Amino acid sequence: MSRLIFPFLAMPASPSTRLRLSSGLRVSRFLLGSWTALVLAFLYLPVLVLVAYSFNASRLNVLWEGFTFGWYRSVWENAPLLQAARNSLVIAGVTTVLSVVLGTAGGWLLHRYRFRMAGGIETLTAIPMVMPEILMGISLLVLFATAGVPLGFTTVVIGHVTFSFPFVLVAVRARLRGLDPALEEAALDLGATPLQAFWLVIVPCLRPAIVAGALMAFTLSWDELIVTFFTASAASATLPIRVFGMAKVGLNPMLNALSAIFVVVTVAFVAFSAYLKRLAR
Amino acid sequence: MSAKVELCGVTKRFGAFEAVSEVSLEIAAGEFLTLLGPSGCGKTTLLRLIAGFEQPTSGTIWLGGVEVTHLPPYRRPVNQVFQSYALFPHLSVWENVAFGLRMQRVPAAEVTDRVRQALELVSLAGFDARRPQELSGGQKQRVALARALVCRPQVLLLDEPLSALDAKLRQAMQLELKRLQRQVGITFVYVTHDQEEALTMSDRIAIVNRGRIEQFGSPHEIYHRPATAFAADFIGQANLLDTRLIAADGSGARVRLAGGLELVLRAAAWPAGVETALVSIRPEKVHVSKSKSRAQSTFAEGETNMFEARIEEEVFKGATDHLILATVAGTRLSAVVANESALGEIFHAGDRVFCGLHADDLVVLRVN
Ligand SMILES: Nc1ncnc2c1ncn2[C@@H]1O[C@H](COP(=O)(O)OP(=O)(O)OP(=O)(O)O)[C@@H](O)[C@H]1O
Ligand SMILES: [Mg+2]
Repeated sequence: MSRLIFPFLAMPASPSTRLRLSSGLRVSRFLLGSWTALVLAFLYLPVLVLVAYSFNASRLNVLWEGFTFGWYRSVWENAPLLQAARNSLVIAGVTTVLSVVLGTAGGWLLHRYRFRMAGGIETLTAIPMVMPEILMGISLLVLFATAGVPLGFTTVVIGHVTFSFPFVLVAVRARLRGLDPALEEAALDLGATPLQAFWLVIVPCLRPAIVAGALMAFTLSWDELIVTFFTASAASATLPIRVFGMAKVGLNPMLNALSAIFVVVTVAFVAFSAYLKRLAR
Repeated sequence: MSAKVELCGVTKRFGAFEAVSEVSLEIAAGEFLTLLGPSGCGKTTLLRLIAGFEQPTSGTIWLGGVEVTHLPPYRRPVNQVFQSYALFPHLSVWENVAFGLRMQRVPAAEVTDRVRQALELVSLAGFDARRPQELSGGQKQRVALARALVCRPQVLLLDEPLSALDAKLRQAMQLELKRLQRQVGITFVYVTHDQEEALTMSDRIAIVNRGRIEQFGSPHEIYHRPATAFAADFIGQANLLDTRLIAADGSGARVRLAGGLELVLRAAAWPAGVETALVSIRPEKVHVSKSKSRAQSTFAEGETNMFEARIEEEVFKGATDHLILATVAGTRLSAVVANESALGEIFHAGDRVFCGLHADDLVVLRVN
């Protein structure tokens, strides 16, 4: 994080240059260092506090009254919460698969074939990435209502795929631009049909982009609240919806435990994708 | 095994731009044909038309007597070695070479045999497990070659396959390719813009210029009997001189070159009914000596033009001497003299010399 925001902080300073640093530079260095620490604290301190309090025996988030796993147990014993978690997993899983299929195929078609309005279509597919979620949620709700589609898993998945697959498409397009156009021709030349060439040569070459896009789609779907809010039924409510409902009623240390689990899962996910990225290189 | 390739009046337009114009070409079975021409003249487009990556705007394409004009690339008995090699990065060398056979659903045991043979053919046995990224340029080029040859195509297309290699490796690979082509007996259609490469390797050369075939013939014909100014200039060096007919009789035609030098060439060589034409003279065909008898020694008296000149400029290049001659009559010619022996004649700027030029070495060019 600090490297991204203050790249020059990461620059190694040899002893001699350090000696020659003017005091003004030293002060500014100190200020920048403090600022970085502050930003990091602002970002991560609440998360750390939250994780710590998930082990607090008190019902209130104020006083430390002793260590307990109790809140984790009550999460585990809360049937609606577990149901919501399962819903979230299924929806995120299906969303990921559909986004990968749509994004990869769409990216290939836009890259490979020249047709009328290709530019327009590409812009249209990119818009859901930046469209306010509330707008998308409402418009989907209106669409499903007028079409008479009952809200449920399908409608949630449709909503999630709409804003997830462009991320796969963009990643795939970027990778395709760097790919030798002769690769597909070589496959065709060796007797592969266009479908075989796509499946046996192009898709393997796109794998890093597809994996990155899939992780993106999964994460987006997993913690999405607003679009889900408009498109889910009670039975298909996801974890974020359930948590949101619980938080409205009142803060509960169980939420801390739940969030701590979320944090661990997310960090594991990020680490996994970083590992995959390194493998791809 | 190998097949004849025929292009009949093939034209390819990209929008309003005509990349290939009315090309008709017949490539014999088992022949090593080179498409030679400058950048952007349409060589790659011609190759892509044969491979099936492009459809001609008009005209037809035949392989081994079968029309393939509208067949997709995967249904043509043709394989290509791409300029960028286009090896599949996610597959090992072995899997790259096996790819075509798998597409043809060749039985596994046969795949193993043929892949091994193909890798041996290009001296890459033992590289099975390597990824393309782990190969040198020359090795990649040979994998690409093995991958194409293993399919036993009737025609092999090669698009500047050596352009990414350094000069030394390129020469070695030229000989290698030529040897391989004799060994497998497949028709090779080879694209290059390197005239030396074309002369070294080809059975026949098609000179391409602005989407047209300027000349089609053996390296020997192309070099010694260029048909057009473009062909003469593109291959080797040439003195190109505007020439006017002065007199013609049964045996010879007397012409005056730009500048004033008068020479004789065979009457049959001069196109009938034409007053002026462009004539090409290769610099090494002008025999230069300080002694008159030596200048004409190699040829019979009646067939050799003799004239005197002064050396205007002399550039020593080791194996050869490059001279700019100002003939007494007023025409300027460049000449190349082989330095056959350290004891041979030494030329300097300002020397007066005798020059011999055989009547057949004046080549009258077609005007298009
Ligand atoms: N897909 C295309 N669309 C438009 N113009 C094209 C296309 N492909 C080729 N051309 C044009 O056709 C002409 C011939 O191209 P081609 O690639 O055949 O040249 P080349 O002889 O292979 O040149 P080089 O030696 O540089 O490879 C060029 O002027 C090129 O710009
Ligand atoms: Mg080319």
